[in-house]
Amino acid sequence: MAESWRRSQWRNGLFALPFLVTFAAFLVFPLIWGFWLSLHKVDLFGPGRFVGFDNYVKVLRDPQFRQALLNTLIFVATTVPTLVALGLFLALALNHLTRATAFLRGLFFASSVLSVTIVTLIWRIVFIPNDGLIALVFDHLGWAQIGFLSTKGWSLFSVGVATVWWCIGLPMMLFLAALQQIPVDHYEAAALDNANRWRVLTRITLPAIRRTVLLVAIIQVVMQFQLFGQAQLMTNGGPAGSSRPLVMYIYEVGFIRWEVGRAAAASEILFLIILCAAMIQYVVATRNQEGV
Amino acid sequence: MSASIEIRNVTKRYGGLTVLEDISLSIAAGEFVVFLGPSGCGKSTLLRMVAGLEALDGGTIDLGGTRIDTLPPGKRGVAMVFQSYALYPHMTVAQNMGFGLENIGMAREDIARRVTAAADVLEIAHLLDRKPAKLSGGQRQRVAIGRAIVKEPKAFLFDEPLSNLDAALRGRTRLELAQLHARLGSTMIFVTHDQVEAMTLADRIVVMHNRRIEQIGTPMEIYRRPATRFVAGFVGTPAISILGVKAAELGPRGLTVDLGSAGVLQTRLQLPVAVPAAGGLEIGIRPEDVTVVPPGGDGIPARAEVVEHLGERTLVYARLPDGQQITAEADGRSTLRAGTEVKLRLDPDALHLFAADGRAFHVDAGGYDG
Ligand SMILES: Nc1ncnc2c1ncn2[C@@H]1O[C@H](COP(=O)(O)OP(=O)(O)O)[C@@H](O)[C@H]1O
Ligand SMILES: [Mg+2]
Repeated sequence: MAESWRRSQWRNGLFALPFLVTFAAFLVFPLIWGFWLSLHKVDLFGPGRFVGFDNYVKVLRDPQFRQALLNTLIFVATTVPTLVALGLFLALALNHLTRATAFLRGLFFASSVLSVTIVTLIWRIVFIPNDGLIALVFDHLGWAQIGFLSTKGWSLFSVGVATVWWCIGLPMMLFLAALQQIPVDHYEAAALDNANRWRVLTRITLPAIRRTVLLVAIIQVVMQFQLFGQAQLMTNGGPAGSSRPLVMYIYEVGFIRWEVGRAAAASEILFLIILCAAMIQYVVATRNQEGV
Repeated sequence: MSASIEIRNVTKRYGGLTVLEDISLSIAAGEFVVFLGPSGCGKSTLLRMVAGLEALDGGTIDLGGTRIDTLPPGKRGVAMVFQSYALYPHMTVAQNMGFGLENIGMAREDIARRVTAAADVLEIAHLLDRKPAKLSGGQRQRVAIGRAIVKEPKAFLFDEPLSNLDAALRGRTRLELAQLHARLGSTMIFVTHDQVEAMTLADRIVVMHNRRIEQIGTPMEIYRRPATRFVAGFVGTPAISILGVKAAELGPRGLTVDLGSAGVLQTRLQLPVAVPAAGGLEIGIRPEDVTVVPPGGDGIPARAEVVEHLGERTLVYARLPDGQQITAEADGRSTLRAGTEVKLRLDPDALHLFAADGRAFHVDAGGYDG
């Protein structure tokens, strides 16, 4: 009896095997291999040469890397709060089912389905000088033109706008799902308790969906640190690298300059940053929760 | 602090479905009124219309002489205890109780004083810093009641507040609610489908059924003089036995009914002329008015199908030769067993007569009082 039980327990592990194999092959192994690569000077030819942490030092000293890091930090620090706030706002506004809200929910989510190519195509049409949508509007209003994709500062901003538009569907849906979980009678009790709309939002709704806010923020931080396609296709990192994100730097170092070891080192740094950002958020948020 | 409630011609519809039709009801200040009825009869809906959580499709509601059905829930001066308690999960017990007072801008010390006072009464003072998730069902229930008390409302509204408690706790809380009402003297409306709660708590019971009020009366009136066949059947455990009337004849001393195998009974029932003395009539008789005759005595023959020995009394579920069922009571020391033949005696003056339209007639005063 005990023997067969133990054996069946061991066999149960087999059900997890396909996942574990995939996990190991596509996540653990590349991570380790990437780390191994980052300790070597590797190019396309030859086996590579062990250089210790030399790649890391070189990367950290590279002004292009620092610029890309700063760009990425600014991008994450602006898009993530926007995505959380806007997603929450849309969810609150659409949190009752009518034909109009159902249509709008679908509309806001629809952009998430598009590939990055289509998204950037659409936003290039909006931002492009002379014939772009904004250019036409500015013309009409008699305002001075802004080179949204070719001006320092504006180029990263434009990439951010396109990104928010592309990614807003998931936060909205997650917030909507969380809002639906709040029992109606909490709101009824609040109505009998004379709570105004602001008090209901801050004392009933937000505390109830706090975990989802955290989840959305972490997902978005992880996603937005990996910005690449939009920047590559809309501005190509320009002008003068002012909209070049970290992943694009890694791509250029690894696949254009073929300094694979150095690209791997930059990747490991990005990985560490994302890991830390997510952990800090989680720790801060859960500690708050205990305190209140 | 308590106030009268006046419900006038209130109607409620959900789409094409009419849930309540032309309901009128007066509740005196300080009265404990119970809405009793089967699930889905609209008790909660009526209560929620008083609270302001449902809109009216007709009629008006006054509280203490002021029309309230046009006011938002918070401005009506009522407090409600929900079936699910609806405590705010991320607030402590004290915050839960003080939330409503905070919202009207009451000073912190005053809030603290009221919360402490209510917590003392409800014996939850040691729980004030806990969150609802760390409370037992009974404790949550007390917090919900406390949240209502601190508001010092003109009327308390309870929607099945005991139905999530286990049987022992339910009995105790019922008692405490009665004491609370005695002490506060507030107007209270209590919704339940449990007739024991209704009978024990109510000054007056409002029996609801099928969009309408069937009867309003004290618990004893409801039990002794049910206005309709529905009320007679809904109130009382075990349920009243209903027997068909084969023939009826109105004599000088009262109505004589032929109950088939239950015999012919001469009653003192007087009927208004409007009721046809035959066709569709039924009688109802409560178990305590049907006695098992000791062996050798004279009575209606029946077969005991189920016998429940409850200690202080014995319940006998019997079947008459014509197949009709009747519930009788025997002495607590009875050794009667299922499957045996028994003889029953019906108290003719305890009969309730039901006309085909459901109206009920009783012996003591006779006539229709619905
Ligand atoms: N929001 C609603 N929409 C449609 N029908 C409802 C709604 N709320 C209640 N009802 C219907 O109204 C009737 C009365 O409901 P309710 O007042 O909750 O009954 P009770 O509390 O007596 O069990 C039920 O038939 C129920 O299905
Ligand atoms: Mg109900």
